[in-house]
Amino acid sequence: MKELNTGLAVWCAIVAIASASVVGDVLLARAMKQVGDVHDLWDRSGLWTVIGRVLGNPNFFLGVAAMAVAFFSLLFALSWGDVSLVAPAAASLTFIGNAFAAKIFLHERVDRRRWIAAVLVAAGVVLLAG
Amino acid sequence: MTFRKYLVLAGVTVFAAAGDSVLSHGMKQAGRVSLHHPLSLILAVLNPWVAVGILLLLAFFGAYMNALSWADLTYVLPATSLGYVLLALVAKFALHEQVSPLRWVGIALITGGVGFVAGGPSLTPHPQADAPCESEAPEAAVSSQVGS
Repeated sequence: MKELNTGLAVWCAIVAIASASVVGDVLLARAMKQVGDVHDLWDRSGLWTVIGRVLGNPNFFLGVAAMAVAFFSLLFALSWGDVSLVAPAAASLTFIGNAFAAKIFLHERVDRRRWIAAVLVAAGVVLLAG
Repeated sequence: MTFRKYLVLAGVTVFAAAGDSVLSHGMKQAGRVSLHHPLSLILAVLNPWVAVGILLLLAFFGAYMNALSWADLTYVLPATSLGYVLLALVAKFALHEQVSPLRWVGIALITGGVGFVAGGPSLTPHPQADAPCESEAPEAAVSSQVGS
């Protein structure tokens, strides 16, 4: 019974980590697209403009908050022990989730090339940690 | 893609791999973090491995933000996964650990996936983002602040 509970808790943590990561990635990607190419910006107006522009973006803070949730969920889950399950499972789910989220929310052109990549990488991460 | 941008993507890969492994090593030392004792999480940060891991992940975050400013999320993400390949290669050639055939398949899949994405364009063109009306508003606000 105790094992079952731990298993359930670990899977809840995995889903929580992946969901929070996807939300965070999408928000951060949107924020940085609004900021614009930081190399151009840096060359034109200097580092402080880049920092000011990033810190002035609300999506950036929402994204960081979501990433913090993902990070602390990961810390909790890792301390339960089974790194070989938690880390790759959460990472794989995040890759697949992000491909969907990037298409829907960021309107990225997720062509066949990128779908194949998302699936290959997700499968590879699982095998590598298994 | 300039040399500078490849360097940023390399930073994403290396910092992610190093940060993750250092952090998980530290959390193993710090011991079990229980939901009933949230303070133990703060104590865990005092472990030097955990602290260094967090610093490395902050460096990863900087490189990641940088990359996301000029490339699609679905372009940058596979680069983060190359870190796993890097860790396996370090385990094999630096630490002389056994890497199972299944893991080599995993390495091949990830490398293949990254190759697939890297062969394509790095950024989806968004015509409306280039139009002056939508994306210029925050920029105008910031530059007027800087100018004044």
